[in-house]
Parts: sequence; structure tokens; C-alpha cells
Amino acid sequence: MTRTEAANPVDVVRERCGVEVAAEPARDGIRAFWCPRESIPKVLAYLKDEIDSPYRMLYDLTAIDDRMRVQPNTHSSAFTVVYHLFSFERNEYLRIKTALPPDALSVDSIANLWPAANWYEREVWDMFGIRFSGHPHLQRILMPRSWVGHPLCKDHPARATEMGRFQLPKEKTDAEQEMLRFRPEEWGMRRSTEDSDFIFLNVGPQHPGTHGVLRIVLQLDGEEIVDAVPEIGFHHRGAEKMGERQSWHTYIPYTDRVDYLGGVMNNLAYLTAVEKLAGITVPPRGQVIRVMLAELFRIISHLVWYGTFAQDVGQMSPVFYTFNDRERAFAIIEAICGARMHPNWFRIGGVAADLPQGWDGLVRDFIRYFPPRLIEYDREVLRNRIFKMRTKGIGAFTKDEAIEWGVTGPALRATGFEWDFRKKQPYSGYEQFEFDIPTAKTGDCYDRVLVRVEEMRQSLRIIEQCVNHMPDGPYQSGHPLASPPIKDRTMHDIETLITHFLSVSWGPVMPAGEALGAIEATKGNNGYYLVSDGSTVSYRTRIRTPSFPHMQMLPLLCRGRMVPDLLAILGAMDFVLADIDR
Amino acid sequence: MTSPYPILSILGILIVTLTLAAGLIWLERRLLALWQDRYGPNRVGPFGLLQVLADMIKIFFKEDWIPPFADKAVFVAAPAIIVVTVLMSFAVVPVAPGIIVSDLDVGLLFVLAMSSLGVYSVVLAGWSSDNKYALLGGVRAAAQMLSYEVFMGLSLMGVVLLAGSFNLTAIVEAQRNLWFVAPQFLGFVLFLIAGAAETRRLPFDLPEAESELIAGFHSEYSGMKFGMFFVGEYLGVILISCLITILFFGGWLGPVLPPIVWFLIKVMFFIAFFILMRAALPRPRFDQLMSWGWKLMLPLALANLLITGAVVLAWRS
Repeated sequence: MTRTEAANPVDVVRERCGVEVAAEPARDGIRAFWCPRESIPKVLAYLKDEIDSPYRMLYDLTAIDDRMRVQPNTHSSAFTVVYHLFSFERNEYLRIKTALPPDALSVDSIANLWPAANWYEREVWDMFGIRFSGHPHLQRILMPRSWVGHPLCKDHPARATEMGRFQLPKEKTDAEQEMLRFRPEEWGMRRSTEDSDFIFLNVGPQHPGTHGVLRIVLQLDGEEIVDAVPEIGFHHRGAEKMGERQSWHTYIPYTDRVDYLGGVMNNLAYLTAVEKLAGITVPPRGQVIRVMLAELFRIISHLVWYGTFAQDVGQMSPVFYTFNDRERAFAIIEAICGARMHPNWFRIGGVAADLPQGWDGLVRDFIRYFPPRLIEYDREVLRNRIFKMRTKGIGAFTKDEAIEWGVTGPALRATGFEWDFRKKQPYSGYEQFEFDIPTAKTGDCYDRVLVRVEEMRQSLRIIEQCVNHMPDGPYQSGHPLASPPIKDRTMHDIETLITHFLSVSWGPVMPAGEALGAIEATKGNNGYYLVSDGSTVSYRTRIRTPSFPHMQMLPLLCRGRMVPDLLAILGAMDFVLADIDR
Repeated sequence: MTSPYPILSILGILIVTLTLAAGLIWLERRLLALWQDRYGPNRVGPFGLLQVLADMIKIFFKEDWIPPFADKAVFVAAPAIIVVTVLMSFAVVPVAPGIIVSDLDVGLLFVLAMSSLGVYSVVLAGWSSDNKYALLGGVRAAAQMLSYEVFMGLSLMGVVLLAGSFNLTAIVEAQRNLWFVAPQFLGFVLFLIAGAAETRRLPFDLPEAESELIAGFHSEYSGMKFGMFFVGEYLGVILISCLITILFFGGWLGPVLPPIVWFLIKVMFFIAFFILMRAALPRPRFDQLMSWGWKLMLPLALANLLITGAVVLAWRS
């Protein structure tokens, strides 16, 4: 359905809920409105269940500290809570904002409306100190429990040097360790029933199966999982806070490290948002270079996942083969970008430099080399009977559950729902490419494997089209806000030189406003929600990552399963800890 | 026909098996590397052969640490059990005519008994570590051994029926005309699977299952005590390969080459096969493994025994 068919949600809400909401235009074209704090649960419930073509997915939930704004918003709030919903029927996002006065930092929880809201609200509480009344377990999620203050508040220091000297005496060490002790009662868990005493098994943060610093506490009855509590935040690096200190341009390398297997894919998500703010159109050559590199990174990321997943279910060898192939793909990335995992290669308005001589030969070699390897992996992994035994029927969820929990990407497509943002909301010129959206049926771990494996083939198809039809022309936009600005005229007239100097030393000044740039990243929908206050740095950088909601779903998937299934489920989830914790 | 020089045989077999076990570590790492498109240890000595020696020196000089929460006596005894039981089994293995420590008439039963005792090592290690992962590993080991021991013994009874003896030398001699792998192919396959389970190697490494239980039953072990488990595992692989050779592939029998060479060739083949299996297969889940053992393997082993019995009976009468 297109936009015109479904009624404008702002009008409908005003009419049907009797709530006075105020529409707000945004630079990214996403419909947005302000809603009074008291009416949030009512309006959101209406938007989720009752409106025509409902907004069934809670895409993101975050907040903004407005106290330091140079240009205050229309509601002169101290804090703003921002809800992003997504409607698959309308194929559109919806932004709902609510203003909080400084003396009442609380809003009603919607955790009972969307289970996915649980972690998001905890994160907002953790980062901003905004309370969600009625939340079942409002506790810090990313920061340690002993943390003082709420890091994303503007008055919270951003650097260690502003915080006084760090000391860790023995008492503090002990207290911190004691705080990490898991107390089942806090989570409403019992230690035993009449028949059995439960084991509480601490999986991680150092464990070979968790792919990083993730902690999962399992409540076990024998080897059967009764319940699980994932604990995240060990990989939290304050990527969003850093966004408030770095210029629009110098933040790009930080994005590389969010989904650290996705490389330039992160750049693309960030820059999609920045370019919407600035109103920059990337020239065709720049777009196609971006698509080609992003798809290469999709293959690279999937290869890491493929090998490590096989290892999670006990197969030892595939990881060596896939890493070998990944190395070949990295050779191309290195030839073009000069770096491997974190190339930091895209720029505002295009890419950092033109393609080097001979690039097409490298890519063509890879296109020839890779498909037979994929067939080999099919034989080795996909058709292996033990592998099927371990993954079929494990960790399955339906399309509706997926939407309810905010699942996107291959896991959503594995439920049989053909939804790919590259097709549905094309960005960076994806509409010009021919490729299929692989789907599967049952949404179990095995189906997720099928979808990702097929995605690699489709990515290869896209890359081939990039090589065959690489357009000529500039790789970088000539827009005044594009950065770094083009230099060739700087030595001819003083005005260009001054503009260039300012743009390089201070960085570009983005017009005030806000924009959400969301793309189909390697693991699902990755979105950057940027708020500009008309300055050289972002006022608020919100990173919506796919792994965060996926991980939140873990307890649901592994209840009643065995410990080995947990590893299969984790492996099939394809998460990256930095992508969860940012 | 017990060896005329028992002490020599004991020493010889002890030295050879232990050296072989150490060599096997190198061999496994190199073979895995070969199959996984990488090099493996190739720096220390020719072809990296001395890597094992270097590792051994390292492991000997490591601090002998026992976790304060562990049950000390049991914790120390557990790794010894596995090495002792496997080495005891080698006592009845006939390598070639005359090269055997003790030519027991119930040799086969002795081997089965020893391997059953070996399970104690894993279970006690898991229990005494007082670590949840180790405990889970130990419990898995106990359950796995219980279910696989049963049809392991049964799968061999066909061979015993055909040879008419539990004596391993007699079993080899009985294969002069035809290796038992032909009439007892099913028994061979069953024993191969049970043997892999017995050595706790992929795809049957559930008691240690790295990606799930970190290191399972030996999570808390380090230094030489860990080394004992390690050596015990490789000795187990050698033992199972020896048994397969003796019971199904005619032991030392073969043309032209001296008997001992034939024996070694056959044993090495099966060792390599076990390594290949580790490189290739994923790990089934605990309950799948159990139901496989009880619902598929056990009935097959019983059927094999019944049919072999009937055929032998018909033949004789």
C-alpha cells in the first residue's frame, strides 16, 4: 500500500482517540507528532491494534535531553521521549514524541503493549534517568549497577578525564563483584520446586559460545532450560555519547565499530541519516561504489557467522574455510579502502576516493571464485544430517512474534515474510538492482541458515551488476555540506579556500532538524536517528541496532530447551556484542 | 602363548604406546590443519615434530594447582584412573605373535571391563571439581557411557561367536581365511560408533563440548593433571583402533610385510579415520545421542547377535 491509501495517522489519532496531538514536519519525511505524556499508552495501543494498517512494530524507543538546546523545540521540554513505530502494511515509520518537564521525568511504560519495549525502556532509564511507571523490572541495563548518574544526560561527563581519577581499592572490587552476583528472587525466579532444585548456570561473560562479552544466566532443571536472563552492557562503549562530541564527519570511524563485522555497512546507515539532514544527493558512481562495498561486507559478515555457527553446533572445520574466503573478500576491501575490518570509507556525500586501477579484475575474480565454495559449504554444513538435527525445529518463532519483538533482517525473512528494506524502501540506488529476497518457512534456526546462505548469492548478484554497470562521473557530491569538500578549486579563488578551510577544520554545519536513516544491514534493520541543533556536532545520535531486540527475545526462544540448543539459538541469531551494547 | 620376556614386552608396549600417544597429538594437529587449509605446528623441529616435546615441557613445569573448593583426593585421583585403565587394557592387546604382555583367555572381557572403569575418571573429575560446567560434563559422560557401553559389548559378541573365544590372539588367528569385518560388518560399524563414543571425541565429545560447557569435566584441570586427560584420550584412540584392527581386520595378518608392520598400518589407518571424523562432523545433542544409542544401536546390536548366533548354530549342526 502506498501512503495515500491509508489515512494520515495524525488526523486519525486526533479524531478517534480524542487526544490533542501536534504534527511536526521532519527533514527525513517521516510523519511525526507530539503526544501529551498521559496519553502515550492509549495512543500507542490505538496505533498498534486499532488503526487501519496498524503500526505493529515498535522500531525504536529512545530519549533526548533537551536542556542544552540552542534552538529549543516547540514544546520546550526538558527531556523528550521518542517512539519510532513501523507499519509493514503502510511501509512507513511513525515518530511519536512526548515532552517531559524537568520536575516529572516519568512516563507510563508500554512494556505490556510491546514486549520489545522492556529493554528499550530500561535503556532510557539507564541513560537518561527517565522513569517508566508500571515497568516490570526498571533497572540499569548497559551501565553497571553501581554507576552514578545517567550518561546520556548533557550534564554527565563524556570523558574519563572529566571524572576525576579512577581508583579500584579492594572494597570497591568486592562490592562490584558482589553486585554481579545473580539473585533469582530479583527476577521473580524460584530456586527450587517440590520436585527439583534448579541450577543457576552463569554462561559468560567469558564463554566460548557467547561470541563476546555477553552474560546469560540460565535456570536449569537438569540440562533443561527453565528460564534465561541475558545480561548485556559489557561491551558498552558510549558510541551514542561520542556522537555528541565528534563532528558529523569525524564520527564516521566510530560507526564502523558498532557492528564490527559490518564495516562500511554502518557508515552507510549513519550517512543515510546525515545526508537526509543535509539534503545531499550522492552522485550515481558514489552510490554504486557504496552498494558494492556494502554487499561485499554483507558476504563477509555472513561468512563469519556461517563458520562460527557451524562451530557452535560442534562442527570444527567450516570456520577455517569461511574465514579463508572472508580473507579473499578482505583483499578486495583492502585494495579499495586500504583497511580491512573497519575501512571508514564512506564520506558525507559519497566515498573517500575513487576506485583504484584494476579493482574490477579483483571483484570479478571473487565473483568467479565464490559460488563453487558456497556449494561446497552446502554439502558440508546444510546437508549434514547431524547439523539438521541440531537446528531444525529449534528456536522457531512466527512472523507475528517476530514483529512483536522488533525482529528484522534474515530472522524475519526466515519466518516466511518477504521483507527487505533494500527492496521496500530503497536507499543508495538499490531500486536499480535485480535481486531476490530469500525467505524460508518455519523460522527456526535452520531456516535462518538457509536465508543467510541464499543472501550471499544474492549479494554476489548485486556486486556483479555493480561491476558490469559502474557509472562514470564523480564519486563525491559537490554539495557545500559534503565532506571533505572537493579541493580542486581551492587554489583559484579565496572564497572556496575559506569554505574549504572551515569545512575541514570545523566540519560541516548541519541544518537544525532530525532524521532517521535506516538500512538493511547485515543483521537486520540498522538505523541512525540524528538530531541536529544547527551545529558542527550532532545534538543527539541514536543508534538503533538489530541485535538489541534480537537478543531480548532469547529467553522466549530457549525456554524448555536444552543447553546445547541455547548455543544453536545464539549462533543462528547472528548478533555482535558491540551491536547490542554500542 | 605369553611373551618369553614379559618385562621387555611391558616396557616396550608402554614406551611405544606413550610415544605414539604423544606423536598422535602432533599427527592430529597436522592432519586437521591439512584438511582445514592451514599449516598446523611446523616450527619446532623438522615438520614441527618437536612441538609435542615443547608442549610437554611446558605442561610439566606448570604450577600444580588444585582449586580450593575441589574435593582434593578425588580431584587428584581422577586423571590417574583414565591413564591407568587404558594402559592396563594394552596388556592384553596382541601386537604380533609373541608380542603381548598377558595372553588372557578373557582378554576381550578384560578390555571391556577396563573401559567401563575408565568412565569413573570422567565422572569423578566432574564431580570433585565442584564446578557446574564440570558437573554437567560428568553427568553427560556417565549417561553417554552407560548407554554406549551396553551395545559396545553386544556388538562384539558376534565376533566372539565366530571365533569361539574371548582370547584376542585366538580371535586374530580365527581370521586367517576371512577378516571378521565381512561377516560382521554391522558389528564393525556399531563398534566403531561405540568406540568413538568411548573415547569422547567428536561427534561424541559431549562431556567436554567446548562451545557449550567450556571444557566440561576437565574445566578446572591444568598442568600435568590436564595432560593426563589429554594423553588418556589419545591412548583411548589408539586402543580403540587396535581393537578394531584385532577384532575385525585380522590384526597382524597380512602378506609380505612383517606382522608388526601390518598391525601398525591398520592401526594408523583407523586413527586417521577418527581424526577425519573429528574434522568433519558436528556434535549431536545430548538427548539425541541417548535415544540413538538406546533406540537404534542397541536393537541393531541385539539383532546382529541373534542372527550371527543362528547362523553359527546352523553351520555347526
